[in-house]
Amino acid sequence: MTKQEPIIRLENVHKYYGDYHALRGITAEIGQGEFFSLLGPSGCGKTTLLRAIAGFEDISSGAIMLGGKNMEGVAPNHRPTNMVFQSYAIFPHLNVEHNVAFGLRKSGMSAADKTCAVGQALEMVGLGGYGARAAHALSGGQRQRVALARALILKPKVLLLDEPLSALDKKMREVMQVELIKLQREVGITFILVTHDQEEALVMSDRIAVMFEGEIAQLDDPERLYRRPVSRRVGEFIGMMNFLEGSLEHSGGFSVDIAGLGRAEIAPEQVVGSGATGAVSIGLRPETLSILFDDDPKSARTAEGMVDEVVYYGDMTYYDLRLDGAARHVRISMRNVVGRPVLEVGARARVSWDPRAFTVFT
Amino acid sequence: MKGQSLKIYVVLYLVFLYAPIVLLPLFAFNSGTVIAFPLQGFTFGWFIEVFTTKALVEATRNSVFIAVSVAVLSTCLGLFAARAATRYDFPAKGGVVGFVMLPLVLPEIIVAVSLLVVLIQAGLSTGIWSVIAGHVLICTPFSIAILQGSFANMDKSLEEAAVDLGETPLSTFRLVTLPLVAPGIIASLLICFTISLDEFIIAFFLSGNEPTLPVYVWGLLRFPARVPVIMALGTLLVALSIILLITAEYFRRRGLRRTGKRDVGGFL
Repeated sequence: MTKQEPIIRLENVHKYYGDYHALRGITAEIGQGEFFSLLGPSGCGKTTLLRAIAGFEDISSGAIMLGGKNMEGVAPNHRPTNMVFQSYAIFPHLNVEHNVAFGLRKSGMSAADKTCAVGQALEMVGLGGYGARAAHALSGGQRQRVALARALILKPKVLLLDEPLSALDKKMREVMQVELIKLQREVGITFILVTHDQEEALVMSDRIAVMFEGEIAQLDDPERLYRRPVSRRVGEFIGMMNFLEGSLEHSGGFSVDIAGLGRAEIAPEQVVGSGATGAVSIGLRPETLSILFDDDPKSARTAEGMVDEVVYYGDMTYYDLRLDGAARHVRISMRNVVGRPVLEVGARARVSWDPRAFTVFT
Repeated sequence: MKGQSLKIYVVLYLVFLYAPIVLLPLFAFNSGTVIAFPLQGFTFGWFIEVFTTKALVEATRNSVFIAVSVAVLSTCLGLFAARAATRYDFPAKGGVVGFVMLPLVLPEIIVAVSLLVVLIQAGLSTGIWSVIAGHVLICTPFSIAILQGSFANMDKSLEEAAVDLGETPLSTFRLVTLPLVAPGIIASLLICFTISLDEFIIAFFLSGNEPTLPVYVWGLLRFPARVPVIMALGTLLVALSIILLITAEYFRRRGLRRTGKRDVGGFL
């Protein structure tokens, strides 16, 4: 199979607001049918980039190619993109049916075809029969569905979603996450999601671009992003990451000496950054360490420490463990299993570790 | 005890506000020509005179024409200015908006005299059109103030959503912006109409030989025998105002019901 032409190509996109450099050379390709997320803290430029793709912001230099065409000077109403706004922007003076049909006004469709298309779109988002409902009589989740139906009815090449779930409560958000993924698979349209919620991005995306200060810090699939962040900052932003002090040596292969854990050999791809030897920080995820109980099989690499803090979550327990010889504690997540006690603060604990899980930030 | 004194205060306040207005119909239906108690007899005569006095009908027609023109012009200007002020950033925005709003606090007499001087210097005649110009000048700031509120309450992404769904900026204005700021537009039309209708100073200076109603009424005061006619006219205007107010409130409440917003404030 030949590689498909990407639906969106961002070529060295820069955006200035006066002196403020909001986008600093964004280059990325987004494939047909991909669920792509722009993830970053507020002010990182992710929304600016989304709005630039939609045509609401002009870019200062670079190019945005959409379906092979340069979008420079193309107004938002002539771009093959549609947007789901953060506030949903449901027209309050129109009912659900007229909201969804809004974009069809210039389609030249007959009234009967329109009614049919609106019905299908509402059915698709699970709002069949809601057509006559007034806009203000909708709940948050329903507004979101109307916004989705209204955007998807035009069959855009790309659907842009600006923090679409941030206004919903936690339960509703989780429901909508799953529904969005299903919907995206169903329609096969490229989705670009802007979010500051790393969990949301990990759950939903095929690929994620993590943005800091107007630059893409890392662009990877969720698993790689989580397992092998390219910088300490990305590691901290995505999920929870512990950092231990250590020193990196290179003689034949790489090895690290970690305060509190000991010495271990590591593979070259685990070393990110400049690769310079000497003092480094070693990143490890909470689930890559595990506390050993008496009935566990003997483990090759173990370390000991004292429990500083216990956070009980029901299915999981988080322990803050101060390893003997380490300056700071590490957070360890343990699945709660029947027959295993939850340790108490002040208890001694032994943990097993595996150097393959480490990422060394030089 | 405290509640009692507040109630008395409210009653006194309302008497102070409305006693003069209650006197209007009282003397309008009084057959005596002198505005004094005791009342004489009941008559519709003054009302008939209102409609049969040619100059008065003429002045009323001038005033209504001016007020309608001013309401429409000021609201159009206010609509554009308010949208610009709430949606766009441009150099010296604060200064520009400030200057547009300035007539709100300028003494009308100064505005009137300056306009008259300008017209005379330019060699233009005064009349209905110059009153319209003067009134638009003082009404536009009110319109802007009202419509800025409407625009500020409107989610900016609604307009973006319409453009995103394929509408041009112009059709977006028609399909989304206008319906959503309609309550503000109606309020602005009513306020501008009312301000223009009873404005005296500018009309006095600029109306030339086409007097407006207030200018004509002022002229009538020199003839004591005609004062009951003014009372009858006043009664009609008060009745008209109440009808207008009720209509405006009806539309405002209907608008609120339609968009499902909670009622805050309003006239009644």
